[in-house]
Amino acid sequence: MSLYKRIIPCLDVANGRVVKGTKFINIVDAGDPVEVAKRYDQEGADEIAFLDITATHEARKTIIETVEKVACEVFIPLTVGGGVSNYSDVLNLLSAGADKVAINSAAVANPNLINQVTDKIGRQCIVAAIDVKQNKNNSNWTVYTHGGRNSTEIDAFQWAKELSDRGAGEILLTSMDRDGTKKGFDLDLLNLISSEVSIPVIASGGAGTLEHLRDAVVAGKADAVLAASIFHYSIYSIQEAKEYMKKHGVLVRI
Amino acid sequence: MADIAIIDYGMGNVHSVCKALNKVLDKNSTVKITNSLNDLSDCSHIVFPGQGAASECMINIDKNLDIVEFKKIISQKPFLGICMGLQVLMTHSEENEGSNCLNILDGKVLSIERKMNSNLKVPHMGWNKVKQENKHPLWNNIPDGAFFYFVHSYFVKPLDKSNILSTTNYDLDFASALYKDNIAAVQFHPEKSSKMGLRLLENFINWNGEI
Repeated sequence: MSLYKRIIPCLDVANGRVVKGTKFINIVDAGDPVEVAKRYDQEGADEIAFLDITATHEARKTIIETVEKVACEVFIPLTVGGGVSNYSDVLNLLSAGADKVAINSAAVANPNLINQVTDKIGRQCIVAAIDVKQNKNNSNWTVYTHGGRNSTEIDAFQWAKELSDRGAGEILLTSMDRDGTKKGFDLDLLNLISSEVSIPVIASGGAGTLEHLRDAVVAGKADAVLAASIFHYSIYSIQEAKEYMKKHGVLVRI
Repeated sequence: MADIAIIDYGMGNVHSVCKALNKVLDKNSTVKITNSLNDLSDCSHIVFPGQGAASECMINIDKNLDIVEFKKIISQKPFLGICMGLQVLMTHSEENEGSNCLNILDGKVLSIERKMNSNLKVPHMGWNKVKQENKHPLWNNIPDGAFFYFVHSYFVKPLDKSNILSTTNYDLDFASALYKDNIAAVQFHPEKSSKMGLRLLENFINWNGEI
């Protein structure tokens, strides 16, 4: 028996509110984090992801407070990311009630951070988040940092392998080309990376229909799917998503 | 009414267990995070959560508590071990260089990776089904085969099969919960298992330690 595929609603959070934008811009309000997280737990979400998309130094306290509040009301695994820059950020989020912490730009700036953190607290606590865009001149993907604002020279495929070797517990793979478009996940990207790394890959960016969620785990070989807008605006409930996946032969927790 | 002590021996996140217990407690009950034997003597129920490696866990227990006295106290009232709090009840763990444990339940702690034949990922991390092998007050209103959340790389193998409270399949069938008299212990994390997890914690609080 392999593991059940997970559905993870993602709450992008800015200044204590859930928000949703398109391709990291045009941000609009989507509710109170505690209320939204509670609803997802009741609907059967397998985990909840929280990404602090402003993550300025001043906003750090807000996200810690939000995590603390959510952790008192929601009893499923909670992943928190956004602006995590060092070991003490990780510890602060874990002690606020996060079960896993996502590290993105800080791992690009200092790859040893992944080793340092996972050696001390175990790889199950660390999700390596990778934001990528497909290159125009070839079919490869390049890593972006700082919420998609900065381009790097790093190839997504090589980077995913390196993060896994350094001890990351999971990879959260976001296609910036697809994020917020509702055109479906980038299946070529997912397939490429899921086939190569031995740790779970979470598909992110582009979910618009239930079919897209199924495609990510069947064609894309992802272990989990992350989606925001289709759940926030009640286009589909988590329950509907799971029933659809089950009907199409995907093992899910219902 | 219950006065619950959560054992804190300086490892792992005891707060999520505490938050989940607070969610299901009635107004007259209390939860305390502690490593004092006096608190453990005074409370009505003991919860023993845990993360990390068995050897380190044993070192920390030894540092914080008198083990002989500790074993005497936990034989006297409803006790719930969670994750590492299950594994350290066994005789011996093969994690790291191997480590003797509390020897409250006869049996070993073994590596999942060494025992399995397929390429499944370790740690076993995610939701999985829990098959109830025996009746127990902890299972009140929890359907057989309910999902619970797991994160572990080692599993317990009791010598006496009658100690097995539930099993779970992850390539191999392993004991996902054990029991003996007033002691119950689970490999999964009820504090992260949504509605069913909270129900199990509630059942534990309402349990008088008799089967």
